[in-house]
Amino acid sequence: MDIDDLVEIAEKERASRKKHVIRCCLAAGCMSSDSKGVKEALEKAVQEAGLDDQVEVRGVGCMKLCCQGPLVQVDTHEPGATVQVSAEGQGPLYLKVTPETAPSLVGTLKGGKTKVQRGDPKHPFFTEQLSIVLANSGIVDPERIESYIALDGYQALHDVLREMTPKEVVDTMIKSGLRGRGGAGYPTGLKWATVAKTASPQKYVICNADEGDPGAFMDRSVLESDPHSVLEGMAIAAYAVGATQGFVYVRAEYPLAISRLQAAIKQAKQRGLLGAGIFESPFNFNIDLRIGAGAFVCGEETALMASVEGKRGTPRPRPPFPAESGLWTYPTLINNVETFANVAPIIRKGTDWFTSIGTEKSKGTKVFALAGKITNTGLIEVPMGTPLRKIVETMGGGAPDGGKIKAVQTGGPSGGCIPTHALDTPVDYDSLIQLGSIMGSGGMIVMDESTQMVDVARFFMDFCMDESCGKCIPCRAGTVQMHGLLTKILARKATARDLQKLEELCDMVRNTSLCGLGQTAPNPVLSTLRFFRNEYTDLLKEDTHGGPNGNGKATKPAPAPAT
Amino acid sequence: MIATLSNRNKNRLPIVLEHASGDKRFKILEVHIKKHQFKQDALIEVLHKAQELFGYLEDDLLLFIAYRLKLPTSRVYGVATFYHFFTLKPKGKHTCVVCMGTACYVKGADKLLAAVEKKARIKAGETTPDGELSLLTARCIGACGIAPAVVYDGTVTPRQTPELALEHVKGWTGHGH
Repeated sequence: MDIDDLVEIAEKERASRKKHVIRCCLAAGCMSSDSKGVKEALEKAVQEAGLDDQVEVRGVGCMKLCCQGPLVQVDTHEPGATVQVSAEGQGPLYLKVTPETAPSLVGTLKGGKTKVQRGDPKHPFFTEQLSIVLANSGIVDPERIESYIALDGYQALHDVLREMTPKEVVDTMIKSGLRGRGGAGYPTGLKWATVAKTASPQKYVICNADEGDPGAFMDRSVLESDPHSVLEGMAIAAYAVGATQGFVYVRAEYPLAISRLQAAIKQAKQRGLLGAGIFESPFNFNIDLRIGAGAFVCGEETALMASVEGKRGTPRPRPPFPAESGLWTYPTLINNVETFANVAPIIRKGTDWFTSIGTEKSKGTKVFALAGKITNTGLIEVPMGTPLRKIVETMGGGAPDGGKIKAVQTGGPSGGCIPTHALDTPVDYDSLIQLGSIMGSGGMIVMDESTQMVDVARFFMDFCMDESCGKCIPCRAGTVQMHGLLTKILARKATARDLQKLEELCDMVRNTSLCGLGQTAPNPVLSTLRFFRNEYTDLLKEDTHGGPNGNGKATKPAPAPAT
Repeated sequence: MIATLSNRNKNRLPIVLEHASGDKRFKILEVHIKKHQFKQDALIEVLHKAQELFGYLEDDLLLFIAYRLKLPTSRVYGVATFYHFFTLKPKGKHTCVVCMGTACYVKGADKLLAAVEKKARIKAGETTPDGELSLLTARCIGACGIAPAVVYDGTVTPRQTPELALEHVKGWTGHGH
């Protein structure tokens, strides 16, 4: 494989484009509403109408508006026009298509009518998005490498291998200002530079696709919709740091993402885009899949590495950081799915373009999974610094059925709840930390007035308690105690002293736990205490002077303080 | 249980191996282990395959894997019990997995689960005594856009309510009682 072959594949793929392209979402969300049946019905209808030579039915990845799935979009192009594939997505969008109604969509191409509900591609939900990571999502066929190559796929890898030195690649990443999308926001370029600097006969690149945060499905969508973009990013990273072996660590809960990754890796190997001597250069790189087995803590990098080695996924103290001593004690680069998906576009379009997007300290875009009590649930990608209000109200359409939004939860069990009065905060790494939450991997759960904040805090504590690996005591025992106190508060049996104890415990667990799981486990409690303290105090009962339950007498709950 | 496993280890192994030689599933598993070149770091992959073949990981199976990968049984047992995905008990004929991710939770997954628990007279994580239904919860299946989601026998089903869930598991719980 050299550049001519790559161009030839792309040209051939573009030339074979038919007049109409019917794109049908085959990501996990729509699949659960039988979008596979929809695609089959569409294909059958096309065949029956004798439109085989004019219409292509393409199974694609996530088309973003998950709540209205299965989604189908019909694009029409003038014959012979050299349309860029990126110009797709302008045709009518159909919502909640069923196998029964699907044939009528094919009918519209011949002037027929359809009763299927139309979506509005001009809705802010779509127009306010800026896609880098999801640029191909919903357009490319994730199961065909040719489809990705037609969208300039693997161009960046070629340019890197043939025209840049590893150091230039690392410098480009530093200059781009890209920060890790897994949540902590460590500068990606610096991480690459550290691994590149170490002298070692063996180095590894790991893609962290153990998306454990409940309420987050960005990485799943990227892997299901555009797996090659992640593989290309990993290969570029491997060249930059000098690694020859890569691993993708995926959750077992994502069977579709696993099968698409497997297919993608196989196709890339067949085409010589992975393996030995890529693009006729001396660079060798292989990628293997590692399937997780349901342990949230494995999203932590040292625990993840233990799991890749086939051991129990327990973290270890850092330093040494994985960049110095990682997998089997060799230097290892670990980045998140979304981080890798950003790499090829940065190389292709340049750092000036990338740095022009986002805020001063957070460059580029961020993908969020919008879910919970909100009208438009689904996947969005917006520039860093977009105000939360714009995401939730303009794009998300606010709470459904006239409800009122109470808080937005970001960062999963490590994050916090942001109240409505802080919704004008621009979303970037630093401003969310100031609010006591974190960017996290990108889950965004909207809660309305019916959600009780103490219950939410207990929900997350229940999660952390269950998922604590048990290696360090503050996390193992602390989460149990905090869960017990929250349960006591919810049962209206706690006193002000219990609340104080809870706050002390939060502080202790946060400062003394071994890994990120324990260190951030108190965040949901702390953030709800900060913004919704009255919900806690309303549930407290009066402190009896004789000590708690010392006299065996039950006390009445304290009346709610007037606020 | 660790104690039981290691105590029985010595005399149990020949019996396990003899039994394995007559079972096709062990053959498939062995091929899989060979594919991974008997590498010890492939333990999790091997356990995945074993669970896929046998449905759950019984003691003998763990002993067999430990022997083939030349790993201490304690290590195999430790890994098998550490990860939620592996189960050491047989599952029911049907499974109902209620997603308890945040998005599903705020949309009422807890009420849904309670309804099924009441109907099937088991708690989450248990199997009905007749072995018909296993009721499980998931941390998050990543289907937040269509919350609350329930997985019935491997099929993700969107936008569930307690009524819809009860309707779905009706035939699986106590013969329609």
